[in-house]
Amino acid sequence: MRVLLADRVPEALGLLAGDGAAIPVAGGTDLLVHWPVRIDAHDRTYVDLSRLEDLKPLRWSDRELVLGGLTTYWDVIQDERIGREFPLLVRAARQVGAIQIQARGTWAGNIVNASPAADGVPVLMAYDAVVVLESGRGREEVPLDHFYTGYKEMRRRADQLVVAIRIPRRPYSYQVFEKVGSRRAQAIAKVGLAVTRSDAGWRVVAASMAPTIRRCPMLERLLEQRVQVAHPGDLVPAITQDVSPIDDVRSTAEYRRRVMARVLYDDLRETCGWP
Amino acid sequence: MQRREGLAKLTGRERYVDDLPLEGALWGMTVRSPAPRGRVSAVRFRPDVNWSEIVVVDYRDVPTANEILLIERDQPVLAAGYVRHVHEAVLLVAHPSREMARRAARAVDVVVAPEPPALDFRAPPRPEQIQFGRDNVLKRLQIAKGDVEQALARAPVVVEGVYETGAQEHVYLETQGMIAWLENDVLVVKGSMQCPYYVLNALQHALGRDERRVRVIQTPTGGGFGGKEEYPSTIALHAALLALKAGRPVKMVYDRPEDMASTTKRHPSLVRHRTALTTDGRLLAQDIEVVLDGGAYVTLSPVVLSRGIIHAAGPYACDNVRIVGRAMFTNAVPFGAFRGFGAPQTLFALERHMDVIARALGLDPVELRRRNLLRDGQSTATGQVIRDGTDRIAVLERALALSGYREKQHSHAAFNAAQRSQRRGIGLATFYHGAGFTGGGEVHLNSRLQVAGLPDGRVEVLSANIEMGQGTLTVFTQIVADRLGLAPEEVVIGEPDTARVPNSGPTVASRTTMVVGRLIERAADDLRHRVGLDDRARGAAVKDAIMRWHREHRGEPLLGEAVYERPPGIAWDEERYQGDAYAAFAWAAYVAEVEVDLRTCTTRVIDFVAVQEVGKVINPTLARGQVQGGVVQGLGWALMEECKVENGAMINNQLTNYIIPTSDDVPPIRVAFVENPYPHGAQGAKGLGELPIDGPAPAILNAVAAATGADPRAIPLTAERLMEIVERTH
Amino acid sequence: MTLSIGFTLNGKAVSMEADPAERLLDTLRYRLGLTGTKEGCGEGECGACTVYLDGLPVNSCLVPTYQVRGARVETIEALDPVQLGPFLEQGATQCGACTPGVVMTALWISAHPELLETHTVRELMAGNLCRCTGYDGIVDAVATTIGEVGEGGRGKGEA
Repeated sequence: MRVLLADRVPEALGLLAGDGAAIPVAGGTDLLVHWPVRIDAHDRTYVDLSRLEDLKPLRWSDRELVLGGLTTYWDVIQDERIGREFPLLVRAARQVGAIQIQARGTWAGNIVNASPAADGVPVLMAYDAVVVLESGRGREEVPLDHFYTGYKEMRRRADQLVVAIRIPRRPYSYQVFEKVGSRRAQAIAKVGLAVTRSDAGWRVVAASMAPTIRRCPMLERLLEQRVQVAHPGDLVPAITQDVSPIDDVRSTAEYRRRVMARVLYDDLRETCGWP
Repeated sequence: MQRREGLAKLTGRERYVDDLPLEGALWGMTVRSPAPRGRVSAVRFRPDVNWSEIVVVDYRDVPTANEILLIERDQPVLAAGYVRHVHEAVLLVAHPSREMARRAARAVDVVVAPEPPALDFRAPPRPEQIQFGRDNVLKRLQIAKGDVEQALARAPVVVEGVYETGAQEHVYLETQGMIAWLENDVLVVKGSMQCPYYVLNALQHALGRDERRVRVIQTPTGGGFGGKEEYPSTIALHAALLALKAGRPVKMVYDRPEDMASTTKRHPSLVRHRTALTTDGRLLAQDIEVVLDGGAYVTLSPVVLSRGIIHAAGPYACDNVRIVGRAMFTNAVPFGAFRGFGAPQTLFALERHMDVIARALGLDPVELRRRNLLRDGQSTATGQVIRDGTDRIAVLERALALSGYREKQHSHAAFNAAQRSQRRGIGLATFYHGAGFTGGGEVHLNSRLQVAGLPDGRVEVLSANIEMGQGTLTVFTQIVADRLGLAPEEVVIGEPDTARVPNSGPTVASRTTMVVGRLIERAADDLRHRVGLDDRARGAAVKDAIMRWHREHRGEPLLGEAVYERPPGIAWDEERYQGDAYAAFAWAAYVAEVEVDLRTCTTRVIDFVAVQEVGKVINPTLARGQVQGGVVQGLGWALMEECKVENGAMINNQLTNYIIPTSDDVPPIRVAFVENPYPHGAQGAKGLGELPIDGPAPAILNAVAAATGADPRAIPLTAERLMEIVERTH
Repeated sequence: MTLSIGFTLNGKAVSMEADPAERLLDTLRYRLGLTGTKEGCGEGECGACTVYLDGLPVNSCLVPTYQVRGARVETIEALDPVQLGPFLEQGATQCGACTPGVVMTALWISAHPELLETHTVRELMAGNLCRCTGYDGIVDAVATTIGEVGEGGRGKGEA
């Protein structure tokens, strides 16, 4: 196993460009799971990002909140201003493992680990976050809702690093994050939902419902068009078009579909004037 | 008294097996079967490992008998050309580097020519699946009292029900681990275990060593719950075989996935009830069938079945009872001892069934239990007449009062009418647990214990009973100190080392405080007699006499001793399964309050009250902790803990996917004791450790039934399962 | 390859060669003899391996050793036992395998009582699995160290 250490971003980008198969490591909370028994993973090359101080701070501007490539969940939980302006980020961060994971895990890592059950990604997507990728060849920005191309597949080249996550500042008239897990804390989502409404329209994002976390265009359209919904079952046709849940070790497709419909209905009922 | 080793644990100074330095040791790893059943057609060593550096052991290296000595001798130490379950140990490897040992284990391909496995214990086996006797039944047992058929035929009401429970993983936080080395000609094995003499016997049997050439030492044990009752014999044998072959110390410590996939679990069960009653809810007959999944080897299944059926009819008076039980062979990883030992399974069925009966009769569940709870002078299913003076109705009333049961029933009705998707309910279970070994078990064990007087006047308890968190060191210290009037620091608890301590029996079956504690009292008395004192002598008089004795007998050991004696008036008929199944029972009433979210069918326990009568409570903090921990373990079993199995292998063998409760998943567990000292237990104590896992599952499911109107009959009641049931109900 | 790293461990400077595949947990336990930090799961779920990294509790099973270069690491061995009275009194330890991790998180909470304005003790302790105590003893001990009357008051069955 080889680890290449970098102290500055350009250095890290150089190392990534130099070894097309190198894997960047930030908080390690996904990479090191069951590490001793994952012997195949020991025979690879890694680039350590943990000392890239430039990527740690989060920044505010008039128009956006920018999370650094190494901003952790705990950084966000601790930020009162985020709690006021982007409460779903805090709510989701508090659902990621417990303090020991929140202290190490990064938002960028959550994005590139590309788990369909991630907790951080759905709220970022519901806030129209943009992934900022950098490589020796320059900068590229990809809206998070266009970032994933398939299960664990994404629009990041091996030489690119997520250096920032840009989140536009907008007034939200509605925002909710729901995570249904097998227990209250430290669970992996069986169903995750983030829903927001702003001038840019409705955003409905589902986790653990498809090979990737994704927006739900049919549901968003249904909300935009103020379709009257009488009970959770009325949402099922749109859900069926938007997502494709499966049976796995954590839950069943049937359960996921039903819960998504019920939770969405229950959450939106008042706002949308449904019965 | 505070926990004796508490500060060492809180500061991380306590040394568990994996914390012990071991010069020049090799790491041992296990190569396991990939298939549930079949002949091992080849074992291939891939060339990507330098095999000259690796110590390899297979069944041919077992010196005397390739058998793990337990009730039967059917389980091999290492599979000899045939495997009966996935993850069965086939080969052992060792290397100084843990990673190299791991790579070596992975570089062995065990090729199995598959044969049809039996994987469903509930289904009758097809001929090609039969591998044990004529019908794959590992053990059959029966209890009969009165005339069940006649009572059923004549009864005005008969209520039937089928109940199921799943496997449960112990999740002791310290995984299984053992070290072994040779000291001159003596094989020393040291590690995490509940029963040093079980391990000793297993080593002697397979390795052909008498007790002078093998020695077993228990290290502080990071949780057991039964999971370190019989399994440690296996890993001890494996470490020993590697150490003998390598001529060097060997350490084996399982990582969590290996531990979860390949060690024992709680037996899954299926229990059928057919109950005859009067219209006002008096029990006329209980007809009960208990089926357990035993897995691929006999292990302890016969005795788990025994305890299971003995508890199956519950703490109720009924003149006609028939309980038939069988443990089934399957090609599952063998099931084994787990806190409660069969009783949680049968008591879940019974106590859930009591609520099913109450609903069928339109009776209040409390009233149904009140009418049938045993009164002194009445007898259990085995005909054991209960005369311990405990007011079981008072235990129930105390639980109702503490939980605010009646008030909550009313407030829940209002809450449920007002809420769209939240539903609250309250549920009850009344139950009992027999302390110590079943039937004649304690007599067969013939436990022996010593209390030594040391030259400086302190005393030392020499016992094979171990600390695994339940408080043995503290309670033993208290018992001796109180008996002899000494300060706790004047009491030493000897290390459980078979070269030094007599066989005071295994640390299981809620027997340590009640049975072994009583031996300590008697051995302490004997010690006093040996130094010329009577039973009234205490404190300085005892110390002085011990010191004087040593001055007069220099270099000689001063040992007080006691051997188990059956309490008077106890009789058990092993053939007919009649009589006094246990010297004493602990009694309990538990109440759970739940909130169910109908959107997700997630159940949250929002209040829990546990009231029990366990004789005299010797250490309130430790006793409360046992109950709280047992309740939470029971809560996990009831709602979330599920071993998902594919083709005989657990597929969620990691803590991310095998879900146990966190601090945020449980409410404060409110504990109360009703005390009625038991004359034959240490200081009046009865057994406590297992009782608290019997009640939570039925109490919680009864609460879910009350909250939702649904009728769940199986655990774990995961959200997915509850949703199916609720959908069917509405 | 190995990597030369230096860091501060329990207040003292340490420098060593680390294998890139080494976890901080193993470095502490098997190379530095600090066996108070335990392994319970190897997947960041149970918290038995909790140590402080630059003042925050982390799972040392998920930290590659090379990542602590230049950082401050504190383990259970560095804690002052004087703070542990409430843990003994409340029965916060039984088998002890989860205990060092529990104590690390618990004392971190005690040192940051402001967290309880936004979090409950039960939520903050959720990263430390315990199979023995049922958590009441732990939660009560944390509450006691903060000087709060814990929810345990009703957890004792003294009602």
